[in-house]
Amino acid sequence: MLQEARPRVPEVEQEWSGEAPRKAPPGSIASSLRTWLPVTAATASCLTAHWLVSTTEPAPETRSYFVFLWSVLGVSLVLAFVQIGWPSLRRWMREMGPIFAAALLILCAWELITSGLRLLPLPYFPGPAGVFQSLINDRALLFDSTWHSLILLLSGYALGVVAGLISGICIGWSSPVRYWGMPILKVVGPIPATAWIPLAMVVSPSAIISAASLIALAVWFPVTMLTASGISNTRASYLDVARTLGAGRGYLIFRVAIPAALPSIFIGLFMGLGASFLTLVVAETVGVKSGLGWYVSWAQGWAEYGKVFAALVIMAAFFSTIMTLLFKVRDRVLVWQKGVIKW
Amino acid sequence: MVAAPVMEASSLRVRDVSKTFPLPDDPATRRSALESISLSLAAGELVSLVGPSGCGKSTLLRLIAGLDAPDAGELLVGAEPITGPNAERGLVFQDPNLFPWLTVRRNIEAGLVARHVLHEKRPEVEEFMRLVGLESFADAYPHHLSGGMAQRVALARALINHPKVLLLDEPLGALDAFTRMRMQDEVLRLWQARGTTMLLVTHDIDEAIYMSDRIVIMTQRPGKIERTIPVNLARPRDRSSAEFLQLRGEILELLHFAGSKVETA
Repeated sequence: MLQEARPRVPEVEQEWSGEAPRKAPPGSIASSLRTWLPVTAATASCLTAHWLVSTTEPAPETRSYFVFLWSVLGVSLVLAFVQIGWPSLRRWMREMGPIFAAALLILCAWELITSGLRLLPLPYFPGPAGVFQSLINDRALLFDSTWHSLILLLSGYALGVVAGLISGICIGWSSPVRYWGMPILKVVGPIPATAWIPLAMVVSPSAIISAASLIALAVWFPVTMLTASGISNTRASYLDVARTLGAGRGYLIFRVAIPAALPSIFIGLFMGLGASFLTLVVAETVGVKSGLGWYVSWAQGWAEYGKVFAALVIMAAFFSTIMTLLFKVRDRVLVWQKGVIKW
Repeated sequence: MVAAPVMEASSLRVRDVSKTFPLPDDPATRRSALESISLSLAAGELVSLVGPSGCGKSTLLRLIAGLDAPDAGELLVGAEPITGPNAERGLVFQDPNLFPWLTVRRNIEAGLVARHVLHEKRPEVEEFMRLVGLESFADAYPHHLSGGMAQRVALARALINHPKVLLLDEPLGALDAFTRMRMQDEVLRLWQARGTTMLLVTHDIDEAIYMSDRIVIMTQRPGKIERTIPVNLARPRDRSSAEFLQLRGEILELLHFAGSKVETA
């Protein structure tokens, strides 16, 4: 497709001088503008808004946000030139440009509503410049908190997934285990993991261990449920075919039932991941004295709402990165499936 | 006729086999699905089972495959009684039932992996992919295959275990008419090349006449064998020859599908 498009460009430019084509063809001025203008224009409006607003605020508070916006503008202008000779970059910019522009316009609106028109009460709603400044000022503590959250999240999640897979496979495969296990699952599972916090703090020797077990519990329930239902819904004919091919129990479980259940297992892993984020933040707020959840409540205690928002921004990036990674793993593992949802 | 086949086939004997199933809405009462069925296949024979739906053809095949146990009677492969599913009795369904998470190659290998012999027998995988003409699709996933291709993979997957008996449960039933005729030749070619004993369940009388040595006609509720008809036509058979059509008429008459012409005669 690429090689096809390239030689056509000069022809189109010749046509351009004559009759105006209805739809902007690749290489035309309108099309080129559409590639880079949205982001550049949005950044420019952010800069304008910030310049207007910052006249009323002290310079050190606003400078780093200026630097940030100028760098975005610089990058967008550089990309606007580079994309001329780089078709795949151009396609990416076309695709992502409107989204980035919208995000920048939201920043611009946020600045106007908060610092500009002061429509929202301070100090609860700082402007983007203040949040950006907090991000930079407190970067060491934020990094440390993120690191602690990551360790806690991963250990709890891994524990919950392993336990959930084991119990899910047992419940899904064996009817005696299903008979005794299902009632326990049905009664204990729906209790939100956070409801166990008072008990967990009494029972466990350390807050970190109790938080990790609570996250594991929150993950365990959906993973077990979806694994068990995936395993028990394995098409009987797959199992029949495998038996006539000489399969023993190990083959039937590990090479038929589990692969057949994988789409369902991944739904459980996603649900468990969502539950683990929630439990992580609550556990850190209540018991553990580190991590992003703790940071938010600590900053709130000092009424430093810029830091609260900064932590929320980090959380958004952190959680969505982990979610994206899980989607990537899923796409890898389930290549054989048709029409999987893209993240 | 059969050019020096690899004789790995075995005879199959079904003696006085009965099978009942509980009714779905009243599990206390049981309905008879098969009533004292007796049938025997010589090693290397290709026999078709024809009959209306619900006559227990598939039930009989599942009993022979060992996936279900009969209520009465005995089933023997060679001299061995059938006690459960075994790689020596391959089964191919109407739905190819390929494992969608495995590529064509891995699907064909499945039986070798299941029997823990993949290491010694890996060269055979290529051979069977060539046998069904799917070398170039080795790394494709099943959802990329057409119905006929998928069924060829299913045949190769069953044949790689060198089954002594191959059970075919309407394997070509879901294919369009042209693909089906091509696949009939394909199955015949595999049968002649390997000499496997084959029991073919089909709805299609033409298919039964075209392919089999004998046709067993079953009636429904309870499933019983009505009649066994030998097909003494030379292979390859001509679907439009007079003998073919005459045999076809006889079978349709037996199944009461011959129409008004027979009624008045």
